Amino acid sequence: MSLEIDGIGIAFGGIKAVDGVSFTAKPGEVTSIIGPNGAGKTTLFNLVSGVYRASSGTVRIDGRDVTGLPAHELARCGMARTFQNLQVFPQMTALDNVMTGCHMQEKSNLLADLLGLGPARRATARSRDAAMAALARAGLADLAHRPASEMSYGQLKRLEIARALVTGCTILLLDEPAAGCNAVETREVDDLIHAIAEEGKTVVLIEHDMRMVMRISSHIVVLDQGRKIAEGGPEEIRTNSQVIAAYLGVHGAAEAEAAAHG
Amino acid sequence: MSELLQFLISGITVGAIYAAIALGFTLIYNASGVVNFAQGEFVVIGGMTAAALIGAGVPVWIAAPLAVIAGMLVGVLLYRLAIRPAGQAPLVSLIIITIGASIFLRGAMQAVFDKQIHRYDGFSGDAPLRVGGATILPQSLWIIGGSVAVFAFLAWFLNRTRAGRGIRATASNRMAAALVGINTGRAMNLSFALSAAIGALAGVLATPVTFTSYDVGVLMALKGFSATMLGGVGSPLGALAGGLLIGLIEALTAGYISSDYKDASAFIVILLVLFLRPQGLFGARIMERV
Amino acid sequence: MAGQGTTVATAPVETARRAHVGNGKARALIGPGLCTFLIFAVLVALGALIFPSSYFYRVGTLVWINTLAVTGIVVLLGYVGLVSLGHAGFFAIGAYATAIGPNYGIPSPLAMAGGVALAGLLALVVGRPILRLSGYYLAIATLGLGMLIWMVLSKEAWLTGGPDGMTVSGMNARNLFKLVGLKLKSAEAWYWVAGFVAAIGAAIAVNLANSPSGRALRAIHDSDVAARSLGIDVARAKSRAFVISAIYAAVAGALLALANGYITPETGGFMHSVEMVTMAVLGGAASVFGALVGALILTALPQLLTVFADYEHMVLGAIMVVTMIAMRRGLVPFIADLWNRRKS
Repeated sequence: MSLEIDGIGIAFGGIKAVDGVSFTAKPGEVTSIIGPNGAGKTTLFNLVSGVYRASSGTVRIDGRDVTGLPAHELARCGMARTFQNLQVFPQMTALDNVMTGCHMQEKSNLLADLLGLGPARRATARSRDAAMAALARAGLADLAHRPASEMSYGQLKRLEIARALVTGCTILLLDEPAAGCNAVETREVDDLIHAIAEEGKTVVLIEHDMRMVMRISSHIVVLDQGRKIAEGGPEEIRTNSQVIAAYLGVHGAAEAEAAAHG
Repeated sequence: MSELLQFLISGITVGAIYAAIALGFTLIYNASGVVNFAQGEFVVIGGMTAAALIGAGVPVWIAAPLAVIAGMLVGVLLYRLAIRPAGQAPLVSLIIITIGASIFLRGAMQAVFDKQIHRYDGFSGDAPLRVGGATILPQSLWIIGGSVAVFAFLAWFLNRTRAGRGIRATASNRMAAALVGINTGRAMNLSFALSAAIGALAGVLATPVTFTSYDVGVLMALKGFSATMLGGVGSPLGALAGGLLIGLIEALTAGYISSDYKDASAFIVILLVLFLRPQGLFGARIMERV
Repeated sequence: MAGQGTTVATAPVETARRAHVGNGKARALIGPGLCTFLIFAVLVALGALIFPSSYFYRVGTLVWINTLAVTGIVVLLGYVGLVSLGHAGFFAIGAYATAIGPNYGIPSPLAMAGGVALAGLLALVVGRPILRLSGYYLAIATLGLGMLIWMVLSKEAWLTGGPDGMTVSGMNARNLFKLVGLKLKSAEAWYWVAGFVAAIGAAIAVNLANSPSGRALRAIHDSDVAARSLGIDVARAKSRAFVISAIYAAVAGALLALANGYITPETGGFMHSVEMVTMAVLGGAASVFGALVGALILTALPQLLTVFADYEHMVLGAIMVVTMIAMRRGLVPFIADLWNRRKS
């Protein structure tokens, strides 16, 4: 499903953290949001996913207005996300973390849950299978029974992706998924995101790794000080003088260049 | 009319006590982020110590300062033995620690003193003064004056003195305060000592009017809380206003509705405030960053 | 990190369970709930085997009733991370309904059910607004609620007997056992009933922890925001946990009223709420076994310390402070960790 953002904005104490940003993310594509620190990227995610309430603008999913819906209802509309500064469940195992992502598929009522009846057990068994599959896909199958509090930063980033995937989402917001990953892991995350988009999901990505962004994005939106300063394909963005001035800099442009040709 | 005036006078008197307790809460909360459930015990320590000393023949002008110093010592001990060792404990642990400390102190008071109800004579006698058609005890004036003095002292101390600014800096960011050379440990000790002293002073002043016994601390703490919540957690002005308001609401409830439920009014106020305006009258809203 | 404020000092439910519910195979075979029930049943029977007098049965009954009430706290505090300082209020509603009913011609079992339903309903109604709050605000709101219930019980003497309390007439557990031809003393009969109900309560709580709803609750404990992003209706889940824990407290209260034959408003007082939370954190709020250990220690200790009755408060207060400083997750996880470390 496509995600259409139109003129969205929010102000904190008079400062416009996000100001009238519009873009559309299409199914089967990776749309990246880039920009310097403090440009409002994560705030934009928080607005779209219902953590904050927008003071202006609309969010639509396939034309349906979902602006202002609470986060859990947006999730039921098929939106899932990961978090920049990690929101895992540290006291649970990796497996339980991902099983929690199956919540919306679990058709079991409270009474069955309390009494340990068939529906509760079957739902749990199904969730376990789905979660194991997702863990394997994120390359974490070996760590299924490890408490999340004992996993590395890069592993937790991927754990969040696995958890988001099992929700059965059609729109996936990824906030710096490659942060804290080494080169090999970054490549794996890269491939995983690519494969997710190939399945026809709408992927929106915040990322600082320009090589990765240029490699997998179909569409790039550039934010600076809460406003959109440019939008377009990787080629367009790489050569946009305004973007180079505000964010990429000469070094970043060179790196992006290298990615494009490397 | 004179009836209403009488209710207002008694409301302001108890309200001033609650305000002093609320100021003590606010001081500790601002410095450490801890809501100290043992705050009411300082009031009891002040009252009981003064009563015991006066009962033993010590003149009031010696007994009162000694009682305040006793409260202060307990405050520092509370910080050193219970709060500081807890370190960066989760909030639920801190709640349980301070409630535990409050129960411990209550037990200690029962062991050191007794289970009797105590009072002593007002500082300026107990002959009521006539105001309009109502009467006011001279001790009420001591109480109201004491609370206003405490508020003024805190305002001066926190804004104008080096030690006070240290407490404020520690409150807003302990790490940064330590980095610029503020002795944050001393600031914490100081705020617990001061807060306890304020509570004990409230107890010393209030006992001739409200009486005291080893087990009134919980109720005192809860009233002080209501005042803090109503005024807005962390705001000294809010603590003062909240205390007076709770006192007035309580006195008017007792006067016009039911004296059985005068204590209930404070809790109904807390619940209403929490539902309708959790930041209180003078507090600021806080947004969580994800 | 979100939830820093509400993250309770609790052990991972997994670890505590693994360490204390025998080996994994038995659990997988008969299910964790039934497994817990059987362990509790064995413990109940064990008590009956060694108790020399009615006095012990009475204390044992109290232990199981407290375990049941504290299991409710485990669901709320251990699973979801919500602190309530007013649960004695729900306990007292269960107790007083059971006591008052027969005075108006309502038979005990019906009065008991009515009290439990009333407590659940009250939790449902006040839960929504109260549970929007977190941390200190929630603690104080629940405290205020508990105080209001306690005040009504103390002041409405025409209904409740006022501060002096009231006697409870009606049902005796002996008669239940007579039906199946067993002749037991009253104290023994109540011991078995309380133990049985506590075992069922524990089994239900363990089932919950391992179910879809339970995972949602534990997710909220660790990260509210992430839970929402997964489609969990946090307000609804919290409200459910609050109602469930209120029902645990009310059932325990009703049992106490019947077993003791006498109740006072103090069953609904602040100190009782604090005792319940203390039992949970002392044993370890993450598991029902923590509830049992906490209830056992804090129920038996005052009996052992009767000579030191004057120091009871000091001992209770010191336990609270020391537990929270030295073993934040409670005794059961603390000992489980020691055990695991020694083995490996």
